[in-house]
Amino acid sequence: MMPDLGKYADAVLSSYAVSIVLIVALVALSIRRARKVKAYLAEIEERQKNV
Amino acid sequence: MSIWEYANPVKFIKTTDRLMPYMAVGAVVCLVSGLIWGFFFTPDDYRQGSTVKIIYLHVPAALMAINAWLMMLVASLVWIVRRHHVSALAARAAAPIGAVMTIIALATGAIWGQPMWGTWWVWDPRLTSFLILFLFYLGYMALWEAIENDDTAADLTSILCLVGSVFAVLSRYAVLFWNQGLHQGASLSLDKEEHVHDVYSNPLYVCIAGFILLFIALVFLRTQTEIRARRARALIARERLA
Repeated sequence: MMPDLGKYADAVLSSYAVSIVLIVALVALSIRRARKVKAYLAEIEERQKNV
Repeated sequence: MSIWEYANPVKFIKTTDRLMPYMAVGAVVCLVSGLIWGFFFTPDDYRQGSTVKIIYLHVPAALMAINAWLMMLVASLVWIVRRHHVSALAARAAAPIGAVMTIIALATGAIWGQPMWGTWWVWDPRLTSFLILFLFYLGYMALWEAIENDDTAADLTSILCLVGSVFAVLSRYAVLFWNQGLHQGASLSLDKEEHVHDVYSNPLYVCIAGFILLFIALVFLRTQTEIRARRARALIARERLA
């Protein structure tokens, strides 16, 4: 299944590894911060509603 | 209906909430299929061997790195001219995405350059302008973080964005301006001599579509986050005044 990358296997595989790790990290951090900020805002709005 | 309706944060969040899932699913489908197609089902190049497979990451990432800055430029101009907060926050939201795309383009370029050019780095016009673009991304994000007042930060970062646009354009056209250096010209071109063969360009188009959709989905998500963070700061400030 894995194509024969020959003598350039390290270069090709490391390119894919670096890029995929960076993209996944960017997506994961964006989602994490979105959830955190949403919950924080909801908490503030709730608190101010009760004042 | 006017486009300026989306300058309303509530309307923006409502609309992007509806669009985001389609963009995200489209991005995953295009990226997974494009990368699998390119990695497993394209032949080695007669000169570059299997390193040609790096094109499916390097070219879309470089394209997005430049176009993310151009999107930030448009959003910054909208802020300067019409003072819509959503546009300034959209520019802020796009910066980390553009910075990551620039790192991917620089890293994959260096990894590709080593076996092909015999060096990881060379002070070639395109590479150098790309590195400067990356430094502008870092400066832009640092400036947003450094200034407490959102409107002042938006004003100053917009000016920085205008200046940085010179390097965004240069990193695209540096090869043509100076006609020197190791980096080749455009991979995708209307000129058949320059255009890469269809066997490589077809999966490349799919990957580019995936990167564009991913960028849009992330800009929507991160702009929503910035809008909420700004509202939270405003509410906290009001709480302190009371």
